[in-house]
Amino acid sequence: MTKNSFIFLYLLPKLFFDMRVVPFIISTAVTAGMVLALNRPWGTVPPMGKFLSPQHGFWQNAEPVDASFNEDLKLPGLQGKASVYFDDRLVPHLFADNDHDAYFLQGYLHAKFRLFQMDLQTLAAEGRASEIAGEKAVRYDREQRRLGMRFAAENALKVIESEKNSKIAYDAYTAGVNAYISSLKESELPIEYKLLNFKPEKWTNLRTALLLKMMAKMLSSGTENDLAYTNAKSVFSREEMNILYPQVPDSLVPIVPKGTQFPAPGIIPVAPASADSLYLAKKESVPELEVSKPDKNNGSNNWVVAGTKTASGAPILCNDPHLELSLPSIWYEIQIVTPTSNAYGVSLPGSPFVIIGFNDSIAWGVTNAQRDVKDYYEIKFRDDSKKEYWFDGKWVPTILRPEEIKVKGGQTIFDTVAYTVFGPVMYDKSFSDAFSKERNLAVRWTAHDPSDEGETFYKLNRAKNYDDYENAIRTFQCPGQNFVFASKTGDIAIWQQGKFPARWDRQGLYIMPGSDSSYMWQGFIPQQENPHSRNPEQQFLMSANQRPVDSTYPYFIPGSYITPRGITIDHYLSAMHDITPEDMMRLQNNYFNTMAEDVRPVLLQNVMENKLDADEKKYLDIVRNWDLMAGPDAKGQTIYQCWLDSLEVEIWQDELSRVHPAAPYPEEETTMELLKKDPATKFADNINTPNVETLADDVTTALKKASANLKKAEDSGKLEWYKFKDPTVYHLIKDLTPFARKGLHVGGNGNIINAVTHSHGPSWRMIVQMTNVTEAYGIYPGGQSGNPGSKYYDNFVDQWTAGQYNFLFFMHEIDKASNKIKWTMSFNQP
Amino acid sequence: MKFFVATLLTALLAFIGGLKFDWWIIALAGFLVAVLVHQKAGKAFLSGFTGLFLLHGILAFWINKENDGILATKVAMLLPLGGHPYLLILVTAFIGGLVAGIAALSGSYLRKSH
Repeated sequence: MTKNSFIFLYLLPKLFFDMRVVPFIISTAVTAGMVLALNRPWGTVPPMGKFLSPQHGFWQNAEPVDASFNEDLKLPGLQGKASVYFDDRLVPHLFADNDHDAYFLQGYLHAKFRLFQMDLQTLAAEGRASEIAGEKAVRYDREQRRLGMRFAAENALKVIESEKNSKIAYDAYTAGVNAYISSLKESELPIEYKLLNFKPEKWTNLRTALLLKMMAKMLSSGTENDLAYTNAKSVFSREEMNILYPQVPDSLVPIVPKGTQFPAPGIIPVAPASADSLYLAKKESVPELEVSKPDKNNGSNNWVVAGTKTASGAPILCNDPHLELSLPSIWYEIQIVTPTSNAYGVSLPGSPFVIIGFNDSIAWGVTNAQRDVKDYYEIKFRDDSKKEYWFDGKWVPTILRPEEIKVKGGQTIFDTVAYTVFGPVMYDKSFSDAFSKERNLAVRWTAHDPSDEGETFYKLNRAKNYDDYENAIRTFQCPGQNFVFASKTGDIAIWQQGKFPARWDRQGLYIMPGSDSSYMWQGFIPQQENPHSRNPEQQFLMSANQRPVDSTYPYFIPGSYITPRGITIDHYLSAMHDITPEDMMRLQNNYFNTMAEDVRPVLLQNVMENKLDADEKKYLDIVRNWDLMAGPDAKGQTIYQCWLDSLEVEIWQDELSRVHPAAPYPEEETTMELLKKDPATKFADNINTPNVETLADDVTTALKKASANLKKAEDSGKLEWYKFKDPTVYHLIKDLTPFARKGLHVGGNGNIINAVTHSHGPSWRMIVQMTNVTEAYGIYPGGQSGNPGSKYYDNFVDQWTAGQYNFLFFMHEIDKASNKIKWTMSFNQP
Repeated sequence: MKFFVATLLTALLAFIGGLKFDWWIIALAGFLVAVLVHQKAGKAFLSGFTGLFLLHGILAFWINKENDGILATKVAMLLPLGGHPYLLILVTAFIGGLVAGIAALSGSYLRKSH
């Protein structure tokens, strides 16, 4: 022992018996303990000391309601000078000397106002949600990785990096995001980081690509039902399959006006000789079901009317993309002005460019094509190592991609994904249900193919006329979109643009054999043959996620189409003339229920009134006297919808329950058309009972069953449609309900023009009149700031709910002194 | 008088420290002031507590006022404090006070033990 130790041992008892040392030690320990305890998270509780500290925590996110956004910033990385003018809604009007600085500042502004959502969405896209959410996100992350989301983004990045304009824009955007992140003090972190206790990650071009692939997943991954249809096919005959899941609905009003002549197909795919025996007639079910299947209501409306139909004589273009509504919103309004372009509209935080909008010459909008561009192939591995698979008569090597999933508060998960000639093997022994271990399914998806969707928007932002527009959208591959167009020179047009496989009849509806190259896609529909129309005789064009063409189109084009909205829009637009932007506002907010118009007579004719009790009769009367408008206070809409949902169960449940684990319900319009065409349909009978039920039995039973639920709703005062469906704009983290807006007084439904469901609907409504001085209106259910502590967080929600619009201040050089400008941020090099 | 000085000094030191350092600087502020301005343990605690209770309370109150209570109302629903911003201000002030108070207690004992 050293001398020091002896002294210590001698002093220790003395110190201990000094009555003041003990309390010192205790109080110091308590202080240290408290600080440590308040500096770390407990479960979902954030580090409270830090979180509550007025100088560090959430209080710092409480933005003064009269905050000024004036700033004078010197940022390295800028090439020239730039200014951002904010109007009173906090919409930036960005003026830059060149493209580089414009996209640099777009990145900077996105990060300044929407950093958390960009960070979260791209982490999730890549399959890294578990790093923030913990164990509960592991299955989701594995699915993202097995679907090859990062693989898709890497392929896109290769194209992006090889094109000059794109490279400049993406590089500048990334630098702009990072310039903001670097300037950020910990106390300035968005509140979500403080709550979830993590820090933003630097931006990269790959993350922009990931965001665009997340959009591709949202819009082109849930548009097929291959696994469920394969199961259904194992039970139903071909005729039954055609009745349950028809390709072309009778009531279809297609995007390309009926009667349009299509040229002879440039490619004629040929079914393999074995297709009947090995594919179409195969009866084998697959028990996998996707975890995070995108909402099929991810639809939209857009339409354009020619000047001959408007009061001003100029075309009017309208668009309302329907997505999961969220706070912060998926959209960020912005105007970007450079010496060579001037575009206004909404942008996606995480990506440069204006995505939906207009410039001085044209306007454009998008809806989802709903086409099936994703197929599954069954793979036979040589052994569990997954290193080789059987293809065209020999063993072929896979590419194995190791995946490491870090889990907050848990063990890192390792996974290996095998890549084949088709794409990643999404399902295999290690990723499927217990009873389905033997099936390996590879995904062939157009989102995996190299492409640069951003280039389309770069060009659209600068397009001057129809030719520029056509040239801009030509290269757009995935997710397939209906690009609607109007120009100041009076052109109107629509193209369904995307990279779509040319399929032989029923190719890819079901899981295909993966051991035979003859089942692969044989090519793609030539771009020029994509459905389109320009200046048609009817003087208007519209799309609403319906099948784009009638049955004369020479290709087999399965998809997840939505028919009724197109019928309604067509019905109104055909009859309208002298149209004003205000008329269009009313139309975007229209509640007419086309489906109910067709279904109600079937219900009323078949219901057996003598079998109903007093409540059921009362509900029947409400439906009978309902004006078919699905407004927020309509009780008829609630009762009708519950009745129809209940009727669908009566008709289909018995047949569908033969399929394991599940088959999709037929579309509402399929049921409606069947009941109108064939009221004596055999499907009305419940195959599980000895009796033979008729449609009248089903309709009556359905009302009785629905009434039980309706009565409950009525007793709790929730029979009005908006109370029943509780329209809600959730925060991106759904559990943070105080950051959400609930119980919005708005009607509508997925099949109604104003397509608001519980948490889904028009995420941006835009109306642009192409007069000499552009007249544009827009609204989205959110606000420009992503900060729940800002008054600009949700300030558009009430207006959106009420069907109101903001007049869009389309700024020009001469407006720099306008009193519409409330704040200015000026940017310079240091 | 000593109490008054210690309290104000704690608040001042914590505020200035907070501009530069992490939130736990408030503990250090409470501790240091108690070492420098010697008081009996109970009074030292009360000085530290009051200093930070006032500092954090006033800061939070002011921020909340400027913000029209937008964020505090939401956070007070999350925590959950029934959506009452003033309850949240009170909790904020109390926790700050407690940390600084106990640190001051420790500082006071240190001073006495030498």
